[in-house]
Order: sequence, then structure tokens, then C-alpha cells
Amino acid sequence: MAVNDSMAHLSDALFTTAIATYSVALVGYCAEYAFGRRGRIARTSTVVVTAEPVRVSAASAPQRTRVLTTAGGPAGLDSSFDDSPARAVPSPSTRSSRRGWAEQAGAGAVAVTVVGFVIHLSSIVLRGTAVDRVPWGNMYEFSMVVGLIAVAAWLAVLARMPELRYLGVFVLVPVVVVMFLAGNVLYAQASPLVPALQSYWLAIHVSAAASGEGMLMTSAVLAGLYLIKMRYTATVAAGRPARFPVSVGERLPSAQSLDKASYRIVAFAFPIFTFGVICGAIWAEAAWGRYWGWDPKETWAFISWVVYAAYLHARATAGWKGRGAAWINLAGFAAMTFNFFVVNMVVSGLHSYAGLN
Amino acid sequence: MTATVTRRAPSPSPPPPAGPPAGAAVVRRLRMLWRRLTSMRTALVLLFLLAVASVPGSLLPQRPLNPSKVDAYLAGHGSWGRLLDRFGLFDVFGTAWFAAVYLLLAISLVGCLVPRIRLHLRGVRARPLPAPRNLSRLPQSDTSMAVGDPATVAERVRAGLGRRWRTEVRREPAGVVTVSAEKGYLRETGNLIFHIALLLSLVAIATGRLWGYSASIVVTEGTGFCNTVQQYDSWRPGRFTQDGRVAPFCVDELTKFTASYLPSGEPETFAADIVYSRGVNGAPERHTITVNHPLRLEGDRVYLIGHGFAPTITVTMPDGDVRTETAPLIPTDPTTYQSEGAYSLQAKASPNGTHRDDIGISAFFSPSPVVNAQGLITSQAPQPKNPVLGVIAYRGDLGYNGVPRSVYSLPADQLDNGGLKEIGRRNLLVGQTLTTPSGVKVRFDGWKQWASLQVSHDPSQGYLLISASAMVLGLIGSLAVRRRRVWIRVRPDRSEPAPASGPIAGGRSVVEVGGLARSDSGSFATEFSGLAQRVRASAELPAPSDDGSAGERLASAGRT
Ligand code: HEM
Repeated sequence: MAVNDSMAHLSDALFTTAIATYSVALVGYCAEYAFGRRGRIARTSTVVVTAEPVRVSAASAPQRTRVLTTAGGPAGLDSSFDDSPARAVPSPSTRSSRRGWAEQAGAGAVAVTVVGFVIHLSSIVLRGTAVDRVPWGNMYEFSMVVGLIAVAAWLAVLARMPELRYLGVFVLVPVVVVMFLAGNVLYAQASPLVPALQSYWLAIHVSAAASGEGMLMTSAVLAGLYLIKMRYTATVAAGRPARFPVSVGERLPSAQSLDKASYRIVAFAFPIFTFGVICGAIWAEAAWGRYWGWDPKETWAFISWVVYAAYLHARATAGWKGRGAAWINLAGFAAMTFNFFVVNMVVSGLHSYAGLN
Repeated sequence: MTATVTRRAPSPSPPPPAGPPAGAAVVRRLRMLWRRLTSMRTALVLLFLLAVASVPGSLLPQRPLNPSKVDAYLAGHGSWGRLLDRFGLFDVFGTAWFAAVYLLLAISLVGCLVPRIRLHLRGVRARPLPAPRNLSRLPQSDTSMAVGDPATVAERVRAGLGRRWRTEVRREPAGVVTVSAEKGYLRETGNLIFHIALLLSLVAIATGRLWGYSASIVVTEGTGFCNTVQQYDSWRPGRFTQDGRVAPFCVDELTKFTASYLPSGEPETFAADIVYSRGVNGAPERHTITVNHPLRLEGDRVYLIGHGFAPTITVTMPDGDVRTETAPLIPTDPTTYQSEGAYSLQAKASPNGTHRDDIGISAFFSPSPVVNAQGLITSQAPQPKNPVLGVIAYRGDLGYNGVPRSVYSLPADQLDNGGLKEIGRRNLLVGQTLTTPSGVKVRFDGWKQWASLQVSHDPSQGYLLISASAMVLGLIGSLAVRRRRVWIRVRPDRSEPAPASGPIAGGRSVVEVGGLARSDSGSFATEFSGLAQRVRASAELPAPSDDGSAGERLASAGRT
């Protein structure tokens, strides 16, 4: 079975274009983050949100409900991904005509991100067509897909919580880094699959792993921002000046909303990741004669899984909620990243599908 | 212990048995220990330990995966390597300390699950709790007015909540009616299913390890084997596997092995055509085993895990005897299939019992030969194309003494001490012959291929698949479902007299709603305001009234 070279080249070109497009979007997000009004709103929102206790409290509730339904922007920061009637009430801040240039840059950045996403998607589809198989057979292709899923997760978050738009810079930076590495370090010529990979489990196992990883990447970004916000709040409360990177916290939404958004993503991605690992075991049973053999790749998947399980536990364990859990989230992501880069490229095992020689 | 989340705290244990104070102290101490072991914090610590303990298993070479790498590591690292070995770091997943971590975790899990299951069963059967006195002190609350007497309004509200809520209507003094509503029971159910399935998975894994086996064998085209322990090249039983109790079947013959390659040299397909028979006297059946498609029969699986070349040579022995031998060679280069191996031809026993006329041949095989810069022949591709068999013939004593040795090399000691002496060497094309001065001849006749097959048996992996699927389903339930409690209190409105000519009899009621999130409160504020609007809307039915109270205004705003 031959490879369609012109299609493969077109795919490569589109891939480079997608990186360039995301970089343009990045400039827009940066502008909004640095110069937009959101910083002020975020600060106000902190007050509103922290005024809302999680546990039963003596605060006057009906009043608070009214605050939440009318205060549009800030309240939205604390909301989940579900659509709700509350947000159907147009918020005064988004309606206002005082949209500065930075906000326009941010809105433009989203449009550019969508364009980049379409180019990125076409690049992947073309790659798959060129080699006539699923386009995630080696590290280069896998990173392409992880990047795509991360951008998709981000766009999905934006659709539900448009007020988070100014955080785009934190999502797109890792995506661009991953894609840059994919294009420059991990790049592999389009080619058909070695026999061990010729299985429909490739489509299932790897897509579950890639979407899980893409989403967990976004979650890790939010967990990191949460830690910065916490540090920022503590620094300001202590009356000390906040220096970079802690100063980034000034413009972030409330710690609580970052923590919750980060958790919701893990709650969504963890079952997918679990499913991906189980599919891997089923495939290994068919391909290698055992469902689990503590191959380095398998071992690190196990480690990442256990660390994310610990994250979910930590959120229900006194003394580990909040910062402890966020650190565990980052540790889980570190384990997963280690599995992808170091284990594939340095530690050799059965999973040597990197396509790097 | 204080770390335990209160709602998860183990249920009250049975009262301490009456006994001597010393015994009571011991019991108390034990119970303390048990509590601590089954607390969330311990579970968390053990999960960490499990993750950390696995790390060396991926960074150091492991004996079960790659014994020769372990030997190389030990040779290269002296006492440091021996120290690591003492702690089992070259077989991390088989060590007692690794087992200790996961067994403790399993015990902790059982201890934590049993009370939770009891509590949950009780909770599922219980009716939603009565409303707290002051609903406005709940994290979320809302107040509105509705037309109708409390009982009617409460019934409307209850119907309006829909089927996802479990509800209970209660009456309070002074004509007040409350509705208690709760949903999200599936969260805890899913969580319990997940953890129980996790335990069952551990049991299934352990069962498979203890009673399963795996074995491997190299089969050359034209030969076969039966599933008996003696025939295997390697046999790896579980601790409780009985050698005699393996599934009866035979792979009668490997008829053909096919490897196909892309122009780039990358492999495209590997396939082993075999004839096999089930049971003791089964009829022969044909099958093709490929890399992702093992043969599954009698609870066993037969896998294709490797392949290589087996050149055939014809040797004229010193006594004039002519013998034909085919031996599998081991690929030394996994991409070009440059291979190495040996032929051992024992002479017929000489009258005085000495062996001086054994012939040993060490050989290399280049499927697609090229001469490299050093003038050595290597292979450039795995497809045979005028292959070369390089042979070095030795004569002497092969040193057979009944001790099993590698069939892929000649005995090093005999080569070193001169027991075997070289008598000639040559690179042969098919049909060519090495003729030594002593009259020994070696002819390269051609080649066959061999396939290495692995036979695996795991009595419980089907159950493992079931419990693993249950884990995923439980997880989804546990992470997607949200637990909510909502109370609605409907009071007759005494603040203002009902309009004498009101359109609806029964006056007006004040509807108070309060709610709290019992899990995952992330979106509760918006969720609650949606719910409050639904309550307003349903309390209003059958609404038309132009009296314009605040509640009605908002309710209709919510509907638009
Ligand atoms: C064998 C190791 C264990 C693993 C891999 C594991 C895994 C998990 C996972 C993935 C979750 C998240 C799903 C959810 O929130 O429902 C979870 C939740 C939970 N686990 Fe475990 N678990 C283990 C052992 C334990 C033990 C020993 C306990 C008892 C102390 C326990 C108690 C809980 C509780 C109470 C939750 C619910 C937390 C919440 O409400 O968010 N688990 N576990």
C-alpha cells in the first residue's frame, strides 16, 4: 500500500500553517490578558465569589441569588459548563459599548483560533488519507491529535464560559509548544503502520489516550493558575509586593473557579483515560500475549492513573483539598508527559512506535 | 483520624465487648489502628506509595522482561547493582514490598467499603430528610409567592420537579406544607461499583497470575508441537499451575511463514499458517496466526511473537556419514535479520567412548548480503536475496554431558580449551560447499523460516474484562452524577389579606426554596437558580393573574 506523497506534503504544510495561526491567536490573547479590562473584573469577581460560602452559612441567601443572576460577568466565572437560564440574562458588562481594543483583540484571537483549528484538523485528516489509516500511528501524529483535542477542549470551554476568554494565552502556549516539538523533534515521514499497529484497537486505544491527555493538559494549566492565584492572594494579604510569576494572579479569576474548572475537566477526562488504558490492555492481550506486562509505557500509564486517582481522593480528604490536590494534578500531568516524551524516546520497550530512528 | 471526611467516616462499630480492662484497651488500640488504616488519608498515602514504588520498575531493567539487560547492569555497576538487587529492584512488581503496598490498599479499601455500602443501602431506602427550619440559611435559597393554598401549591411544585428527584411531602403545623427532594443517589452507587469492581479486578489479576501459564517454542516450517510442558523452550507457570493440567491441543505443523515488506524495508505483514488439532484426537484444522490475531482454543491462546531463518545444511562427517540439518538462527539485527547460530552434529559413539569426531558449525546468515567497509558481510534487508551462509566448522568434542545448553551457540569452554578445533571456514551461497582438508564437507542447501509461538493461559482474564468495564461504568456514574438536596416550604400568606374578588379560591402562599450541593458544588449556584425558576413556574400554574407580585414577574421573565 503506497503513501500519497502530495497529500502528505500538503498535510505538512497545513500543519505548519496551523502553528503559525495559533501563534497569531496567541498575540491576540496576550493583548487581551495584558491590557484588557478583565483584570479589574476578575478582582471584583473574587469578592463576589468568595462572599458565596460553600457550606451552610448565615449570609442572607435571597440577596446573593440576585447578585448572581444580575452580575453577569463575575457570576459567570463561578458557573459550570452547563448552560443555565441565569446566564441567558445578558450581562451589563458584555453589553456595554465600551469594548476596548484589547477586548477586540481577544475576540479576534478566538476567531483566529477557530481558523487554526480547522487548518489543524484538515492537516490531520489529510495525513490519515495520505497513509490510508488512522492518523495517530507515531509520536508526531499523536502530538498533532493531542494538540487538536486541547484546542477543542478550550473552544468548548469558551462556548460555555466566554468570560474565560482572556485566559486563552495559557492554553495556547502549551499547545503551540507541543506542536512545535511535534513538527521539529518528533516529525516522522508519512508511512504505513508496522504489523503490530495494524489493529482497530489503534483507533480506539490511542484516540482515548490522546483525548484524555489533551483534556488533562488543559486541566493542568488551570491547576497551575490556581496555585498562582492562591500564592498571589496570600502575598497580597501579607502586604508584600507580588513579583512575576505570582503577579500573574492579579488578573486571574477567583481561585475557587479555577479549582472547580480544573476538577470538572479531570472528572470528564479520567473515565476516558481509564477506558483508554483498558483498551490498551485488551490490545496488548491480542498483540503481545498478555494484557499487562509492566512495559515502561504501561508502568507510566499506571503511575499517571494512580496519581489522578489520588487527585480525586485528595479533593475529598481534609488537609489535601485545594493546593494539595492541585499539586497532585500537576504531578499526574508530569507523569503523563514523562510517559509521552521520555519513555517513548529514551526508555525502550515494546511500545516503540515513536517512528524516530 | 480527624482527617476522615465526616460523611465517609466508618459507621459506628459494634459496642466494645465487655471484658477485662486490659483486653478492652487492646481492642480499642486495634480499632484505632483499623480506623486509621481505612481512613481517606491512608488511602491517599498508599496510592502515592503505589505510584512511587512503580517508578524504579520502569527505569531499571527488569528480570521478567529482559534478564540479559539486568545481567549487563549488574556487571556494570558492581556493589551498587548488588545492593539494588538485594531490594528486588530488578523485579519490582514481584517483590514483597510492592505486594505489601497493594495488599494494604486492598485491605484499606475493603475496610472503607463495607461501612459505606451499609450506609448507602440505608440511605437509598430512606425518605428524604425533613426540611430544616430556616431554608434561607442554606447555601442557596429563593422566595416567591404563588396563588393557591399550600397543599395545592406543594403538589404542583412536586410534580414540576420531575422524575429525577425523589420527593416527600410533609405537613407542618399552621397549614405549612414542605416538599423534601433529593437526587443523585447514583453517584454513590457508581462510586461503590467502581471500588468493588476494582477489588474484583485485583482478585481476577491475582487468580490469573497464580493459575495461568505461558510458554514459548520455536517452530520451523514443516514441524509442530503439542501443548505439553516438556516440548517447550521456555515454560513459565503460575505458582499453583500444575504441569500436567495444561489444555490438550497440538499445533501439528507450521506449514508456512510469510513476511512481507514495504519498499522502504518496513515490515507490512507477518503470518504463520498452521495446522492444529484440538483435544487428544481432534481433526486437523487450518488457521493463520498474525500479529494481532492469536489462535484461541481450549482456553489457551497461541501467539506469533517472532520469526527468523533456519538454513539447511548437509554435512559429510569424518566417518563419511552424510547428515542434513536445519537449525533456527537468532536474528542479531531486528531490521535486517542478520542472524547467528550453530549446528551441533554429534558423532556416533566411538568404540572407546571418546568424542573426537563431533562436528560443530557456527554460522551467520545474511538474507540480503552486502560487504561493508571492513570487508565483512552483513545484511541490508530482511528479504532473502542470494543469501549468504557463513560457516566456521570445528571438529572435536562438543562436550555433551546431559546438561542442557543453548542450541544457538557452540560450547564456549570447548572452543577455549581446544576441545573443538577449527577445520575450515567459508561464506556459502546456496548450493556451494565448504570442503575441509580432512574431508569434512558442509553444503548450504537452502533455508526455511521459523516462527516463535507463545502459548498463554489465563483462567480469569474474561472476568477481569467484565470487572474493568464495571469500573469504567461506575466511574462515569460517580463523576457525572451530582448529589443535590432541595427543600420547599409552602406557607399560607398571612401578610396581606387575599383580594376579596380573587380569581382563585384558596388565597396565596409563600414558597420558600432552599438547597445544597452534597457533591461537586461547582455549578450549583446557576443550577439552583434554574431550579428556583422552575419551582416558581410550576407553583404558579395555572397562573393567569395580573396582580403583578414580584414572584410572578420574575417567573414570567424566566420563561421568556
Ligand atoms: C485501590 C486503590 C483505590 C483507587 C485506585 C481508588 C480510586 C478512586 C477514584 C478514581 C475515585 C474518583 C471517583 C469518584 O469520585 O467517585 C475515588 C473516589 C473515592 N474513593 Fe477511592 N480508590 C482507591 C481506594 C480507596 C480507599 C481505600 C478508600 C477508603 C478510604 C476510598 C474512598 C473513596 C471515596 C470516599 C471516594 C469519593 C470521593 C469523592 O466523593 O469525591 N478509595 N477512588
